[in-house]
Amino acid sequence: MSPMASVTTKRGLEFGAPVLSCQNLWKLYGGSPETLLRQSNGKLDPEIIRAAGCIGAVRDVSLEVNKGEILVVMGLSGSGKSTLVRCLSLLVRPTIGEIFFEGQDLLAMSRRELQDVRRHKMGMVFQHFALLPHRTVIDNVAFPLEIQGISKQERTERAAQMVELVGLAGREEYFPAELSGGQQQRVGIARSLTVGPDLWFLDEPFSALDPLIRREMQDEFLRLQSLLNKTIIFITHDFDEAIRIGDRIAIMNEGEVVQIGKAEDILTSPANDYVVEFTQGISRERVLTVQKVLMPAPASFHPTQFVMETDTLDVAANTVLSSDGPVGVKGAGDDRVLGIIDNKKLAKVLYEN
Amino acid sequence: MSLTQSTNKAESNTFYRANLPLGTKKILLSVILISLLFVPGWFGAATSNLVEYPATWIVPLNEWTSNGIYWLVNDFDLGLFTFKEFTRGISWLLTRPFILAEGILVSGFSFGSENVVVPPLSWMGVLLFCVLLALRIGTPGLALGVGLSLLYMAVFGLWESAMTTLASVSVAVPLGVFGGLAIGVLAHRNGVFAKILNPILDIMQTMPIFAYLVPVLFFFGFGPVAALTATIVYALPPMVRITRIALEQVPKEISEAGTMAGCTEAQMLRKVLLPSALPSLLVGVNQVIMLSLTVVIIASMIGAGGLGYDVLTALRRLSIGQGLEAGLAITLMAIVMDRFSQAAAQKSQVKRHENPRLPIWVTGWAILAALLLPTILSNWIAIFAAYPEELILSTARFWDDAVTWININLYDTLSTIKYGFLINVMLPVKQFMHSLPWSGVVLFVGALGFILSGWRLGLTVAALVFFLAMTGNWEKSMTTVYLVSVGVVLSFVLGFPVGLVAVYSERARGAILVAIDTLQTLPSFVYLIPVVMLFENGDFAALIAIVAYAIVPSIRYTEFGIRSVSKDLVEASDMMGCTRWQAFLKVKLPLAFPEIMLGVNQTIMMALSMLIITALVGTRDLGQEVLNALQKADPGRGLVAGLCVAFIAIIADRLIKASADRMRRRMSGQKSE
Repeated sequence: MSPMASVTTKRGLEFGAPVLSCQNLWKLYGGSPETLLRQSNGKLDPEIIRAAGCIGAVRDVSLEVNKGEILVVMGLSGSGKSTLVRCLSLLVRPTIGEIFFEGQDLLAMSRRELQDVRRHKMGMVFQHFALLPHRTVIDNVAFPLEIQGISKQERTERAAQMVELVGLAGREEYFPAELSGGQQQRVGIARSLTVGPDLWFLDEPFSALDPLIRREMQDEFLRLQSLLNKTIIFITHDFDEAIRIGDRIAIMNEGEVVQIGKAEDILTSPANDYVVEFTQGISRERVLTVQKVLMPAPASFHPTQFVMETDTLDVAANTVLSSDGPVGVKGAGDDRVLGIIDNKKLAKVLYEN
Repeated sequence: MSLTQSTNKAESNTFYRANLPLGTKKILLSVILISLLFVPGWFGAATSNLVEYPATWIVPLNEWTSNGIYWLVNDFDLGLFTFKEFTRGISWLLTRPFILAEGILVSGFSFGSENVVVPPLSWMGVLLFCVLLALRIGTPGLALGVGLSLLYMAVFGLWESAMTTLASVSVAVPLGVFGGLAIGVLAHRNGVFAKILNPILDIMQTMPIFAYLVPVLFFFGFGPVAALTATIVYALPPMVRITRIALEQVPKEISEAGTMAGCTEAQMLRKVLLPSALPSLLVGVNQVIMLSLTVVIIASMIGAGGLGYDVLTALRRLSIGQGLEAGLAITLMAIVMDRFSQAAAQKSQVKRHENPRLPIWVTGWAILAALLLPTILSNWIAIFAAYPEELILSTARFWDDAVTWININLYDTLSTIKYGFLINVMLPVKQFMHSLPWSGVVLFVGALGFILSGWRLGLTVAALVFFLAMTGNWEKSMTTVYLVSVGVVLSFVLGFPVGLVAVYSERARGAILVAIDTLQTLPSFVYLIPVVMLFENGDFAALIAIVAYAIVPSIRYTEFGIRSVSKDLVEASDMMGCTRWQAFLKVKLPLAFPEIMLGVNQTIMMALSMLIITALVGTRDLGQEVLNALQKADPGRGLVAGLCVAFIAIIADRLIKASADRMRRRMSGQKSE
């Protein structure tokens, strides 16, 4: 498994140990997966699967999500991303593989134990909101607490806080059908947060919304995350969204994770042609950071203007373009000059392809 | 999918492989099919047994069934108690809520030596209560309709009968709803149970009600409870089916949300699945209410009493006026119950937050007070206890006079129509049906099933046809088929154009929909009254009743089918320059055809269920057989004849659905497996 190297977020935070990890996860449909597994002694490859008449919805996926990290799972429809998130939350039982949540083996848990983990430590947001149509906003948000048997007064209080948090104060007594899509998803988000989960699943939460609303909801989501600092698995089919939101991105194709890493790593060194296709339409200046493109500073050079190494190129461009010569690059909280960047290099990175 | 797998079964037989143009193939195929009907007749005396089913071959299923039931009732011992004690036990159990309901609505209670008397609900209280409730959950229009309908029952002296009927319905409905809900939930969770359940539900639903009544009589004795049992048996299946469908239609994400919240199975069902499915479930409740009413009316034959009994006695005495008044009361009751439950369903469908001007408990108490206050007052003030007799009206005389007038003045016209149709259309069809050799029909139906779907369907339907002959019901079955087929054809000849009018004229559509909605809520019993009034007893009267009852689906499905043809296709045909007529004939009609076929199917089902009722006006078909069995209390005979009707329905249903499926698949470009 990959070493426990800590990963740095966009916000410069360091992540802790993995909250959720899975190893060699498979989900097969059709045929008879059990016999297939018994015959192949756990060694599966696409040929064997096809021969057995099975379809591999999730194939040999290993990944981990660290504390406070947003891992985005990105893929087109049918790539298995939805099945993967359902395997990780055990809504769908994987055919084979291991899943560890806070050090506990999820697959070995009894129904009661799993139910308990879900009641207290997991939250999930759904693509089509999945609100209970017969309950008001406040009762929807209080639902997970009601299930736990928490008193009416307490759960209403806690739910009201959540409703307030997502900006729906005043609509507590509305029914879902009376709300717009964006508002409904705010209710879905509030509901998934009311138990204060350690792990937050979001299954294409904004895909069913209009583009403008989608953007607004992404901002809202980032605002919430800056307050709450949850560990998140976020599913999307939208690469732009993945870049905006993810600390790391896992790209799926035909059930496999083809590449996993930070957005700019994916952009600068795509694993294969499939990933290249995604990266093509992306505005690179908003993803690439200065760190990726800086040049070594000549010993005699003493810049007067500086950009930060963690700045994205579109942020750095202002300084670089308004300066006659190269500008210096500095690290965070560190005055040493790490390198230089000039307008020629900037143009080359952005437009050479 | 591989090519061999996807090849249509029908096309894989050698006939289709022959290298002929498709049109010729179709004609040839039809000729061969039809000739199957007559093959056995060609060989004269040598094959006469294949033409007419010999009496010596008849399997005495009637007797066996009767003996089985006698044995169950008389000798079967379950150890601790006998079977009869068991059924009578159930009967006792069912009697309790019924006595309660009847006490509340009709007779009141007396305790001790009649010193303490609790009166039944005052008619005025019930009326006020229903009107206020209608205002609360529906529109002022609904409230007005409810008020007038109830007033009608009081004014025409039908109050007590109406309340007796209501008592039966109000006991049967909760039992049917919760029983159906429980079975439906079980079937939803257990696939094996669901598979076993399906054919049983099919038979329960297609079996004519009369056929239940005899065995029910044996098990539960004559009286309201037997009627209740029959009602529950009949009203249960739709609730079971709707529960299953409603639960399946709950979006997967919603149940996933429940799982992720950590619901236990019980919490999932109670807090997530059932409430989410509520709007669909209420449609089921509506159906249970309507079916219960229908059966309670018919079950007056085994002692249910109430409005049905009034109609029945009136029909027997041929006092049309009284029958008409009671029939109208049933009609009003059906419409009120239907609209009431639909309003409730609608209210649950679109949830809105509200800030009622009065708190809910205030309106609640007000409505309750409207019910109870007149009831308390009725202890001292007579007008609250019962509608004053001297104010009771009756139009019976008027209607009887009208019938006399019709008989005198229109007799010639009506009988010209009647006999013209009888001699030129009905009798030839009847003779043709009776001339068909039974073995030819078995072959024909079997071959049809094979071509439409495959071996399984072919063998099933052939076996079902054979059952008709085997049990000695061949002739009556053919009479049934004759009446139903003439009825269905006539329904379509009349219903199809009406459906078209509804498609092309928005204004007419509104009126037509209201009319067929109303027709559909009427218990089948009611149709007999005007028919007998105009045409007396006999096949023609039965036919008219059948058409009146069964025309609804032919209109509805025609309208729906043509209306739901994709707008894109209609626009495409407009852009290609189709005239309206071309667009209709070449685009809309072919695309709507599978839907219309389902309409035919529904029409047949409804015609069959009406047919049984028309036995009361003297037809000589399976319905008569069931009715006779009922009158002679011969349970085996009734059940077997009932099964025959159910089988005819199932044959028609399976064949039509198979062909509609085939057409749909062809249109959607899929191949059948």
